[in-house]
Amino acid sequence: MAESRLTKAIVIGGSAGGLDVVLKLLPALEPTPSFTIIIVLHRKNSIDSTLEELLASRTTIRVKEVEDKDVVKPGTIYLAPANYHLLIERDLTFSLDDSEKVNYSRPSLDVTFESAADVYGDALVGIVLSGANADGTNGLLAVKKAGGIAVAQEPAGAQSAFMPQQAIARVPVDFVLDVPELSIFINALNKPV
Amino acid sequence: MIEEAQVDIILNDLYELYGYDFTNYSRASLKRRLIRLCLLDKFAGFAEFRDRIRDDADYLKRFVEEITVTVTEMFRDPLFYKCLRTDVLPSLAAKPFIRIWHAGCSTGEEVYSMAVLLKEARLLHKSLLYATDLNPAALDKARKGIFPLAQMKQYSENYIESGGVHDFSAHYTAQYGQVKFSESLSEKMIFSIHNLVSDRSFNEFDLILCRNVLIYFDKPLQDRVLNLFDESLGQLGYLALGSKETLKFSLLKSTFKQLDKEKIWRKVG
Repeated sequence: MAESRLTKAIVIGGSAGGLDVVLKLLPALEPTPSFTIIIVLHRKNSIDSTLEELLASRTTIRVKEVEDKDVVKPGTIYLAPANYHLLIERDLTFSLDDSEKVNYSRPSLDVTFESAADVYGDALVGIVLSGANADGTNGLLAVKKAGGIAVAQEPAGAQSAFMPQQAIARVPVDFVLDVPELSIFINALNKPV
Repeated sequence: MIEEAQVDIILNDLYELYGYDFTNYSRASLKRRLIRLCLLDKFAGFAEFRDRIRDDADYLKRFVEEITVTVTEMFRDPLFYKCLRTDVLPSLAAKPFIRIWHAGCSTGEEVYSMAVLLKEARLLHKSLLYATDLNPAALDKARKGIFPLAQMKQYSENYIESGGVHDFSAHYTAQYGQVKFSESLSEKMIFSIHNLVSDRSFNEFDLILCRNVLIYFDKPLQDRVLNLFDESLGQLGYLALGSKETLKFSLLKSTFKQLDKEKIWRKVG
């Protein structure tokens, strides 16, 4: 990893067990990150209205569930809304898309990873957390191809190991990290070594 | 797969040859759909894809059908429909005649939902529902009012959550795995091709519904379409958008007042 590289965005994606990781991760993150954090979780509609508040209660960083054409700002955590794919435009606004499910999922991790890779290139970090399907693997490949950093949660500690295992098997990931290491990794981004 | 510059080439072809203008669609989403279609139809590469679009008018039909997103459902976001029932319809009830426009109605599920609401509020007899879309195939389905029986369980649950207290199945007849909605609903509907990008206003309405259509447009096009809606709404008319769409970036913000928490605004200025 080049030391001069600046990270502009992190996309964190997870499915079954992913929310637990995010809830553990958020309190450990430093208050004003210099980059944007985008969280994509497979979730049921029923917990839709409360997830934004739940995440906000775990961190002092601003948390916002995305509305169409919101401007992507650093120092903010954005959450993909239930039932929409979340994409990023070149002018750094979000677009939502309610087209067909991808990997049986909407939002799909692949869709957001691929779109973010297009926009951010090597200034992107993609992280795949716990999950029971293979969503995220193709997206993480796109992140790598664009020069970004690919990270998978350590499968041994994941509630559902399949998703990070798939990513590790098919993508030359840069890091495999457990939850405490993930927070150290994120907090160290954009800091001089 | 398809590069940014190649997207521009295809969009330029579509406009020059066929008059379809997709240049102000949300680019990230449009690019995904182009790549999806290219894979789905097994084109060897961009050149082959482009040639087919240019040379085959029949393929263009498929192209438009596949590029536009037709995902919809009856009583989508039931609490939105509840708000229509309790807040919007009572204020329209006093009117001698109610004109409603479903802009970008896709296969029509929400138009039938609206007709059910009007019928149950005893307003359907004096209502007219204009339903428009740019996708002719979707509009044909909407016109027929025939939907898969398998979806009725979900739709019936949505109906109840929206405040429906009648027997939902009374609105349709089921046969061979499909249901056909009652003609007492569809006889109040007018279906027509209308492209929000290029076509003008065609009437004055009391309520315009345009749900999850603007998300596929960039901000300049969203503004143009919102102005078209503003021109097409009577005083104190209502504008209803999708659950994650908003007027907050629009100049119209000051002349429209949002109802409660739902994405319904009333023209007050």
